[in-house]
Amino acid sequence: MTGTQEAEGHERALRELADKIIAQGEGPRLLTPSPVDRTMIKHWAEAMGDANPRYQGPDAIAPPAMIQVWSMDGLKRGDRPRLPLDDMFEALDERGFTGVVATNCEHTYHRHLVPGEHLTSTTRMSDLSGLKKTALGDGYFVTWNVTWYAQDKPVAEMIFRLLKFRPREERCPSEERKPYPLRPAVNRDTAFFWEGARSGELRIQKCGDCGELRHPPGPVCPSCRSTERTYAVAAGTGTVYSYVVHHHPPVPGRETPFAVAVVELPEGVRIVGNVVDRAPAEVEIGMPVRVVFQAMDDELILPMWTPGSPDANA
Amino acid sequence: MAGTALVGIGATEFSKNSGRSELQLAAEAVFAALDDAGLAPADVDGLVTYTQDANQEIALAREVGIGDLTYFSRVHYGGGAACGTVAHAAMAVATGAAEVVVCYRAFNERSGQRFGQPNAGLGGEPSSQGLEMSWHVPYGLMTPAAWVAMFAQRYMHRYGVKSEDFGRVAVAMRRHAANNPAAWFYQRPITLADHQASKWIVEPLHLLDCCQESDGAVALVVTSAERARDLRRTPAMIKAAAQGAGAGQMMMTSYYRDDMTGLAEMGVVGRKLWEISGLSPSDMQAAILYDHFTPFVLTQLEELGFCARGEAKDFIRDGGIEIDGHLPVNPHGGQLGEAYIHGMNGIAEAVRQIRGTSVNQVPGVTNILVTAGTGVPTSGLVLGAAD
Repeated sequence: MTGTQEAEGHERALRELADKIIAQGEGPRLLTPSPVDRTMIKHWAEAMGDANPRYQGPDAIAPPAMIQVWSMDGLKRGDRPRLPLDDMFEALDERGFTGVVATNCEHTYHRHLVPGEHLTSTTRMSDLSGLKKTALGDGYFVTWNVTWYAQDKPVAEMIFRLLKFRPREERCPSEERKPYPLRPAVNRDTAFFWEGARSGELRIQKCGDCGELRHPPGPVCPSCRSTERTYAVAAGTGTVYSYVVHHHPPVPGRETPFAVAVVELPEGVRIVGNVVDRAPAEVEIGMPVRVVFQAMDDELILPMWTPGSPDANA
Repeated sequence: MAGTALVGIGATEFSKNSGRSELQLAAEAVFAALDDAGLAPADVDGLVTYTQDANQEIALAREVGIGDLTYFSRVHYGGGAACGTVAHAAMAVATGAAEVVVCYRAFNERSGQRFGQPNAGLGGEPSSQGLEMSWHVPYGLMTPAAWVAMFAQRYMHRYGVKSEDFGRVAVAMRRHAANNPAAWFYQRPITLADHQASKWIVEPLHLLDCCQESDGAVALVVTSAERARDLRRTPAMIKAAAQGAGAGQMMMTSYYRDDMTGLAEMGVVGRKLWEISGLSPSDMQAAILYDHFTPFVLTQLEELGFCARGEAKDFIRDGGIEIDGHLPVNPHGGQLGEAYIHGMNGIAEAVRQIRGTSVNQVPGVTNILVTAGTGVPTSGLVLGAAD
């Protein structure tokens, strides 16, 4: 079965189920878990920061916007009888539309409620949209109506709509990562260094003729004019020669504060890199460090520095 | 440079949001400088600015009504260009390439493109500078404050310098600016405690170690000493002008040479200035030292020979850079206090000191040193009174 055929099959089955549930109209009238209650009104008004005096004192009324609160199941769920709407959600879940996000909620109030009133509510599914493409993923909008009654007279109504969507497939982080924004420029004079970093080597340019080591590298040996270039693989140890701790302004691809150091290598050259695995405040000049290779994204690996003497590495 | 002089200075107001284009700022500053000199746009035949300036010489010439140009050039390396523009102008005048050369710098550096903000593109350019930056930018070492902080940390370690020693520079600059109506920080001095309490930007630099960012423009008029005699103002003679880069030089990140506690390029400039002018540090009654960040003011005092290595902190602690000090530095308040116009406002102040018209006039200034951007290939001037 092709993807399109599969999708059409889903749509047909879901449509049939939706039509059936919608045709059933209102479900059973269920007593709400608790009556309209003074303590709950007080908590709600406090939580919402609503100081309206009408919600306080012996003559308090219930804030109308609280209406859903009276139907809530509380922490222990599952006591409520199954509703036809539950079949709809289950069918969507089974077909992979497991994501949920509420999109609309409209209330209509017919009168104020006062503490002590017992309410019932009914639920009626009213619509299932066609398959929609959204930023979250493909999905269906489900709409239902709830009516609350007190002594058989409707006191409030709600239209609620949510999107049940198929979450976009999450890629494994190692599979594809967001490109790191601070990319080096690389050319034929410097590529060996970055290739080295990718293969776990800290490479220092070495003159093919006079053997002088040099970092940062360049196309011509400043000592003997040779363009015969090779490289040495550094031992990977060094000491912090100087460092900074960056706080402001924000830097793309980085979380502040972070430490950057000039590291002096035993080979006789200096190199700049981040000091990691140590709080920036604990970095200090003279601190022994050793190289670690940190993958910044799928392509870029940067040599960085972690506290540790050569002995610790051995 | 023998026989050349600065004869006109002009500027816009210094603000955080000029509300007009950079070209308009440039034009306003040029008009002000020419009016100051008593010259007309038609007298100008040369223009010099920074490579970083967004206003082409020909565009500026069109706006202000300059006709034929026989000399135009640009100086590279950010704020290191400041005194270099005057050096180029003076050489053009000295060689006869032009008679009247205007140097200018105009930007909306605060309301437009801010240099203090990270620019992720810097590391990715395939130019030699992009490759140079690529050893630093990927690690998030990418703001001027961070580049300077790396030097400052080593300098502190080497010479036992404290954050308060940097803070005293900021306090002095703000004290000077507090008396300068043109300064952004006019009547807003700070204390050392304010400096210490200001937030970290890049340790070891606090916010108050970093100069402000500004919108504005400055223009300077250079011509021959001979012509200067007939003009409106007392000329500031260009006794020496020099540019300098050192061995192993980089843009702000010369971390791979020597001990990282000096500014080799400023040493080059200083030696050349003393050589050309035949003067020495002790002949200077004041100095304009580039102060985008406080630590390099200390380094410059040492590199230029005003005190020995590691002793700038003591020089400053003893009040050496105050208006009544041994070497009054940046009487206008510098870039920390007046405005960040990439060093050009400092040259204008040096001219005022020679004229004797500064709001913070140092008595008896016959010679004054001016420097440009630090940490980059740079430049300097010695200006003096006419003999």
